[in-house]
Amino acid sequence: MTAPQRRRRTSRQPDPPDAGEAARKEGETQNPERLFVIGGDADGERAALDLVTLIVARADPPASATPEQAALLRLCAAPLSVAELSAYLRLPFSVVTALLTDLLAAGLVQARAPIVRQTVADRNLLEAVMHGLQKL
Amino acid sequence: MDCKSSDTLPGPRTEDRLPHTAEAAVKIVIVGGFGVGKTTMVGSVSEIRPLTTEETMTQAGIGVDDDYGSASKTATTVAMDFGRISITDELVLYLFGTPGQERFWFLWNGLFEGALGAVVLVDTRRLEVSFDVMGRLEERGVPFVVAVNSFPDAPRHPVADLRAALDLPEEIPIVDCDVRRRASSRDVLLTLTRFLHSLAAKGALA
Ligand SMILES: Nc1nc2c(ncn2[C@@H]2O[C@H](COP(=O)(O)OP(=O)(O)OP(=O)(O)O)[C@@H](O)[C@H]2O)c(=O)[nH]1
Ligand SMILES: [Mg+2]
Repeated sequence: MTAPQRRRRTSRQPDPPDAGEAARKEGETQNPERLFVIGGDADGERAALDLVTLIVARADPPASATPEQAALLRLCAAPLSVAELSAYLRLPFSVVTALLTDLLAAGLVQARAPIVRQTVADRNLLEAVMHGLQKL
Repeated sequence: MDCKSSDTLPGPRTEDRLPHTAEAAVKIVIVGGFGVGKTTMVGSVSEIRPLTTEETMTQAGIGVDDDYGSASKTATTVAMDFGRISITDELVLYLFGTPGQERFWFLWNGLFEGALGAVVLVDTRRLEVSFDVMGRLEERGVPFVVAVNSFPDAPRHPVADLRAALDLPEEIPIVDCDVRRRASSRDVLLTLTRFLHSLAAKGALA
């Protein structure tokens, strides 16, 4: 086999947990326009939302809701991931995150955090995933 | 199809709604070079029509990048396809087909850090395009398996030769697949999950 040859790499110290957020913030300051369009409070803290955090509406859209907020609340009458909200609303992930930060603060939605990888992943969880895949 | 008025925003079809009991989600990342079959794989196993999430970034947002020339100030949109598989009434699995270039990854908070693991799709005609992504996963400690997407005109190599070329340790599974087939894509995901389970078992013993 005449193929190029790769060299294995080793695990390095993980990035500080907020490295991605810092990069994101930096990007946002350079592009304030987008935030003023929909993003709400550009300087405020963003809720820690994952692409697969499940969002469920806790109430019908109040009269005071913006059209984006109302659309979002209607979409998540049943649980829906942030990624799906972004897809259906055709809004960038960061914009949906900003919308959700306000809705969470107002108590209009509930966020169900994802299960993330741990050093020692939960074997029961992986067994459930295996069984689920086998049913496909 | 139900007839909704035109002012109704698109949303999940009735059969695509998750039950209210859905408590938590997990994610698996499918990563690989340009045109290697990521979108096809997501589509073949997903229970919902695959969707796309986008993120917009500016020059400044990718400042550390070297091959993105400093000439252009225009915003770049990066898209990521994803699909979904309901595991139980409480647990949902999401699959993300992610661009291979690491410079985009920061756009999605914790995409790799929180994923259970990754599938690296490779095309034996262009093996080297996946070298960098494997290195990045190794650096970040993201467990992965390698799936060789069998394009008809791609050279076939014995697994041992591939393993040597990719410099992968014996325990990392390397499997053949045809991402257009649901069963084949599902088997790749099962291989990954079994591998993760074996890692967890080892971790628990240690
Ligand atoms: N013959 C064959 N064609 C395939 C296979 N998998 C994907 N293709 C085709 O290869 C092309 C690229 O596949 P995609 O799934 O779009 O690849 P991708 O990795 O998402 O590509 P990018 O998002 O553009 O990087 C499509 O035309 C597919 O139909 C395969 O297993 N066999
Ligand atoms: Mg694609």
